[in-house]
Amino acid sequence: MRQGKGSTLFQIFLISFMVILCIIMLYPFVHMLAISFSSPAESLRLGIHLYPKQVSLYAWERVLGKHDIWIGFGNTVFRTVVGTVCSVLFMSMGAYPLSRRYLPHRNVFTLLIVFTMFFGGGLIPTYFLIKNLGLLDTRAVYILPGLVSTFSMLILRNFFQAIPDELEDSAKIDGANDLRILFQIVLPLSLPVLATLSLWSAVGHWNAWFDAVLYIQDPDKQVLTTFLRRVVITGEDLSMYASNTTNTALGYQEPIKAATLMFTALPIIIVYPFLQKYFVKGTMVGSLKG
Amino acid sequence: MDGIWGSPWVGLKHFKFLFLQSPDFFKILGNTVVISIYHIVFGFPAPIILALMINEIRSSKFKKVAQSLTYLPHFFSWVILGGILITLLSPSTGVVNYLITLVGLEPIYFLGDPHYFRFTLVTSAIWKEVGWGTIIYLAALTGVSPDLYEAAVMDGASRWKQTLKITLPSILPVIVLMLILRMGGILDAGFDQILNLYSPATYGVADILDTYVYRVGLQNFQFSLTTAVGLFKNVIAFMLVLFTNYISKKLGQDGLF
Repeated sequence: MRQGKGSTLFQIFLISFMVILCIIMLYPFVHMLAISFSSPAESLRLGIHLYPKQVSLYAWERVLGKHDIWIGFGNTVFRTVVGTVCSVLFMSMGAYPLSRRYLPHRNVFTLLIVFTMFFGGGLIPTYFLIKNLGLLDTRAVYILPGLVSTFSMLILRNFFQAIPDELEDSAKIDGANDLRILFQIVLPLSLPVLATLSLWSAVGHWNAWFDAVLYIQDPDKQVLTTFLRRVVITGEDLSMYASNTTNTALGYQEPIKAATLMFTALPIIIVYPFLQKYFVKGTMVGSLKG
Repeated sequence: MDGIWGSPWVGLKHFKFLFLQSPDFFKILGNTVVISIYHIVFGFPAPIILALMINEIRSSKFKKVAQSLTYLPHFFSWVILGGILITLLSPSTGVVNYLITLVGLEPIYFLGDPHYFRFTLVTSAIWKEVGWGTIIYLAALTGVSPDLYEAAVMDGASRWKQTLKITLPSILPVIVLMLILRMGGILDAGFDQILNLYSPATYGVADILDTYVYRVGLQNFQFSLTTAVGLFKNVIAFMLVLFTNYISKKLGQDGLF
């Protein structure tokens, strides 16, 4: 298609640059995976780690045998599944009326909702709101405050707007009520955008950590990311691996950190190749907004 | 906490303290703006350059692989990426410092040395977001008419000339819009990232408005003072959004609302 002088040389340069860039993007994850399967000496070896030269499953055994990580895993799965389903449901129910031109004062409602995207009370007032609502130390705090993402709901509203009123009119003539129209006509027509918003919400829930740090004290309600944070960032929980049985765990600090980290990251790495194109599509929907 | 009706009215007490007496306020405001400007100066052009490069790749298969791999870090939280960075950047065992010593330089304590900390912040943020940031530019690039390139080739324009005279001007409106939107968020210097990477050694160069509110407000219970800091930030940020939206409309762009 496009031609010009020196284009073969340029392609070689370009491809080499991109290969290096791809290595920079991927290597850190490979490194952590290799460390997680390494013996203590291997984990401290200076240099590149593509695979463990001395394999040890000890770190993974310790991590997977830890009760706390499964509590975290359970809570993370809970918030990801329930949070995503509820979010999509409530955003649909909010976006549908806002998308109908005959809704009285539609612009006022939209403006009031959009306003929350650009102005908020701040961290501390929000904390006290959550506290006074009695949501501290409940699993509901993972779901309720972020139930409706304003941005996602606007995308959904724009998508619904493209569905012609005539479809709705004919359904009404056939005796369908509003809820039925939403669930049997509007939502089935919007599956691609619903899939994308669900993915966004799910990844957001899987990765979320700050709300758990802020609002949750109860160890039974922690999520995977707060557990991971205590092991790799603040280092508080690293010693507890050693405390109960032997001191072997102390030599395995690095592999244990890496295994905890990969345990949290792997689900995303595994689903990523299959879902990647939907994520990208979604960003286009978002950025080309109406 | 007695709520809005039960609490005593203190007027502008906390704002006066912040602006006139507080030793910290202008320091953290400065940190916020400086880090944010670094992010814009180095982080904003990065995805544009990468998008132009990806656009030039001829093999469509390699193009897809390159895109998928560069998007990858975007999908992880700063807790995970922070853990990875702590391992990779360690001055004694980290692989980055291993490579640095191979070249014969002294190891650098990227996360603990205040001189390097902002550099680490900006570089790691680029690593995370550069690929994902290309999406919007690549979409804009597909809209450039192939006729323009054909005409340019007829006139004997080199590839570089074509990029400069056709490709860049074609996506300029998108670049301007993205830059304007980015300027609106200048008081957001990356709370998640900093909270997971900074330490008392680097508070001096990395403490931003958001981390100050969290640490001093919630952890040291200075609720009123830090609420004032948060309110200050949100009011300024809101005005910036209105302002940038206005500018974007003046320039003939869509704007946000």
